[in-house]
Amino acid sequence: MTVTEVPTSAAGNPIGFGRMIRKEDARFVRGQGNYVDDINLPGMLHGALLRSSYAHARIVSIDTTAAEAHPKVKAVITGKILETLKLAWMPTLSGDVQSVLATDKVRFQGQEVAFVVAEDEYAARDALELIEVEYEPLGVVADARRALLPDAPLIRDDLEGRTDNKIYDWEAGDAARCDEVFAHADVVVAEDIIYPRVHPAPMETCGAVASMDKVTGKLTIWTTTQAPHAHRTLYALVAGLPEHKIQVISPDIGGGFGNKVGIYPGYVCAIVGSIVTGAPVKWVEDRSENLMSTSFARDYHMHGEIAATRDGKVLGLRVNVLADHGAFNGVAQPTKFPAGFFHIFTGSYDYPAAHCKVTAVYSNKAPGGVAYACSFRITEAVYLVERMMDCLAFELKRDPAELRMQNLLRPEQFPYTTPTGWEYDSGDYPRALTEAMRIAGYDELRREQAARRADPSDDTPLMGIGLSFFTEGVGAGPRKHMDILGLGMADGCELRIHPTGKAQLRLSVQTQGQGHETTFAQIVSHVIGIPPEDIEVIHGDTDNTPFGLGTYGSRSTPVSGAAAAVAAQRVKEKARIVAAAALECSVDDLEWEHGRWFVKGDPEQGKTMQELAMAAHSSLELPEGVEGHLDASVVYNPPNLTYPFGAYICVVDVDPQTGVVKVRRFIAVDDCGPRINPMIVEGQIHGGLADGIGMALMEVIAFDAEGNNLGGSFMDYLLPTSMECPSWELGETVTPSPHHPIGAKGVGESATVGSPAAVVNAVLDALQIRQADMPLTPAAVWRAMQGRPLRPDLAIE
Amino acid sequence: MQVTVTVNGEETSGDIEPRLLLVHYLRNHLGLRGTHWGCDTSNCGACTVWLDGLPVKSCTTLAVQADGRRVRTVEDLETGGVLDPVQEGFVQEHGLQCGFCTPGMLMMARALLDRDPDPDTTTIREAISGNLCRCTGYENIVRAVRWAAEHTTAEVTA
Repeated sequence: MTVTEVPTSAAGNPIGFGRMIRKEDARFVRGQGNYVDDINLPGMLHGALLRSSYAHARIVSIDTTAAEAHPKVKAVITGKILETLKLAWMPTLSGDVQSVLATDKVRFQGQEVAFVVAEDEYAARDALELIEVEYEPLGVVADARRALLPDAPLIRDDLEGRTDNKIYDWEAGDAARCDEVFAHADVVVAEDIIYPRVHPAPMETCGAVASMDKVTGKLTIWTTTQAPHAHRTLYALVAGLPEHKIQVISPDIGGGFGNKVGIYPGYVCAIVGSIVTGAPVKWVEDRSENLMSTSFARDYHMHGEIAATRDGKVLGLRVNVLADHGAFNGVAQPTKFPAGFFHIFTGSYDYPAAHCKVTAVYSNKAPGGVAYACSFRITEAVYLVERMMDCLAFELKRDPAELRMQNLLRPEQFPYTTPTGWEYDSGDYPRALTEAMRIAGYDELRREQAARRADPSDDTPLMGIGLSFFTEGVGAGPRKHMDILGLGMADGCELRIHPTGKAQLRLSVQTQGQGHETTFAQIVSHVIGIPPEDIEVIHGDTDNTPFGLGTYGSRSTPVSGAAAAVAAQRVKEKARIVAAAALECSVDDLEWEHGRWFVKGDPEQGKTMQELAMAAHSSLELPEGVEGHLDASVVYNPPNLTYPFGAYICVVDVDPQTGVVKVRRFIAVDDCGPRINPMIVEGQIHGGLADGIGMALMEVIAFDAEGNNLGGSFMDYLLPTSMECPSWELGETVTPSPHHPIGAKGVGESATVGSPAAVVNAVLDALQIRQADMPLTPAAVWRAMQGRPLRPDLAIE
Repeated sequence: MQVTVTVNGEETSGDIEPRLLLVHYLRNHLGLRGTHWGCDTSNCGACTVWLDGLPVKSCTTLAVQADGRRVRTVEDLETGGVLDPVQEGFVQEHGLQCGFCTPGMLMMARALLDRDPDPDTTTIREAISGNLCRCTGYENIVRAVRWAAEHTTAEVTA
């Protein structure tokens, strides 16, 4: 690849792509961030939610008399009151409905039952204790495998005509062709693999401050949302409020990871609380509320089967999934794909045949499922295919790296159409795997492992080496295929060039830490050559930014980044017309370099973008039909997804006496196309790799038989600390996307998607067993070594 | 009840409920919103401040426990318009993304460096192990603290 030298601005920043410290850091390191809980308005009241202690119970009565009598309480809102406003139920992102405040039954532990508005947060929580709720406990579905048994309690008796707990059956691929392949294959390997329920757990919990101005009729809501524009439209549709009178502001967001895509009952309650009391109302959930009620991730119970020739060529992949969606079907994903993008499940390999079937069920658990950097369930798919590849290697006694290399898609197969109809845009997979193996010193690691295994006197920890290779599909998405609740997944962008050559870029997407204020300035800088410090990125306020669906699914750079690049290209072309007028030449006589249009063959005769900005606003005579100014407004409808990929290698040491896993090394080679800001890209990858360690070794939201949530605090839901994470070793290859204006593919979720399988494969390699489920806690590892694997997601034997 | 707390070198006082948490005293009574609240259970460390020079988790410290004592928060790190080296290190080494854990990390890092001006990476990892971060995977936080260690030393020797 040729490296083009990027000029540097007076402030020392690259004018275009390159490492640049982040604009947003100045406020964060001073403690001057502005998160939702930092918003304080005059006369503001505080809300708190009463939640169900039962997983499934009929509500016999709710007595709020004592709470209402509390001297600091301004309002107590129940489902009965919301019913009068037609707000007791709200639509979910998947066409189901969800209770805002329960009226008939509670369906999971932690479900919202009543909302208290009081003068301060402490008083609001005191008043919750004064509400008397009489429950009649019902049978509980805590285990998805029991949801469809004939005697399973019916969870959704609110839905007319419903007699069981099935949400849907859905399939993709060619079942008949797959059956044919499997019938004649030399080798078939089958395995049950659980991707347990986990939680994104951003450091900032969810919350909102709602302020309804009764005089102007304007509702302003500051809220933890990754998708402010979609929220505005949904509030308008749900509450019947006029959309032009709703302003959604997403201020600084303390991490999202898909946890902040949907609308939660607390947001609606804060709005109702403000309408009822006439004062602004703040509601911020605590950590237990976050873990117990907001969008979890995964809970996929998969049965995979792989067919292959005896020499290891894969022929077919078949999978049956039981998907636990919780009490309401609230998954956030494109309408057309009820299992998200799970059916990109053949991953990075050349499978001639594939078929998947997904059965989704209700259970007495919190709703959600698509979150935690999952790229609409590609996470589950990658975990399945990478575990299955290791199961095949185990059966064939093959090296897992060699078996992968044998079956990876080859560069000449791109653009490649998967057996389920997805078109991968570009890739060179063998190169990425080779690079990861080079950095790892793979052969040397295998030699060390073999030597230790061969030495009977070696009582050091068991050494394991695990691989995974992933292909992501991000940048949702093309409007013809993809919408959420009817809203097409295109994104707008506005670029304003001020007369003095400074710019403002207005985005529909919303940073939660990804660094948009820096990266997007660099995209514009790359195209029009003005320094990134002269470009202010404005986002997160629906009154001041164009419409778009927000930041999740690694879509910001693939969709909104493309919009920014196209807007900048339009500005550049308009500047060319202005330059031609100013230099009294034809546009065809002009050439562009380093932020300047100049006359071909006469570089002295030229105008910088800054000079052209002033000229565009001056009285300079422009050609017929050219109005002046340099602003551009764009809506970008992506022609396809982008498909980042990567090869990961994990090395672990497992203590056979205690089952404790220590991650010794983690090597990650990512290909996300050109890296706009390599520092930010590496930071995104680091964070995702920590997620992988967490999910593989520590994190699970488990339940007991009564549906009690056993992961409801950070004392029970364990997140990786600095001690569990190694010093990451990164590498890169660069394969641009052919259809993205700057070739960028997106990277936000790659490492979270790709890394768990590498860690699990490494631990199982150390133990020399074929299968055990995440999280591989010391207890789970120890049990797996005894041949009695643990079901990690249920405290039910 | 009445408390008097010296916060960032200035005496503050308030008539508070005995159960008021220190994090809420700082955030809601004094308007020092750089200290964040993240978990309730002392696990995440977003609320880390100093009490009489030692880092504590202000979500599990009562404001009355700080009565008559000194509290230091992230707002006090910058002096005279110059960032503390730990702040600068976090910027230079991309030690933060969403910024929510950052104030707690900074206070923990500054406490470490005051005690041990030249810690190795293992020591840094141990020091920040009570502070959770969901964005960075910790690597760049470790580098940021090393940056601060190196640059403080350089300034002293210069």
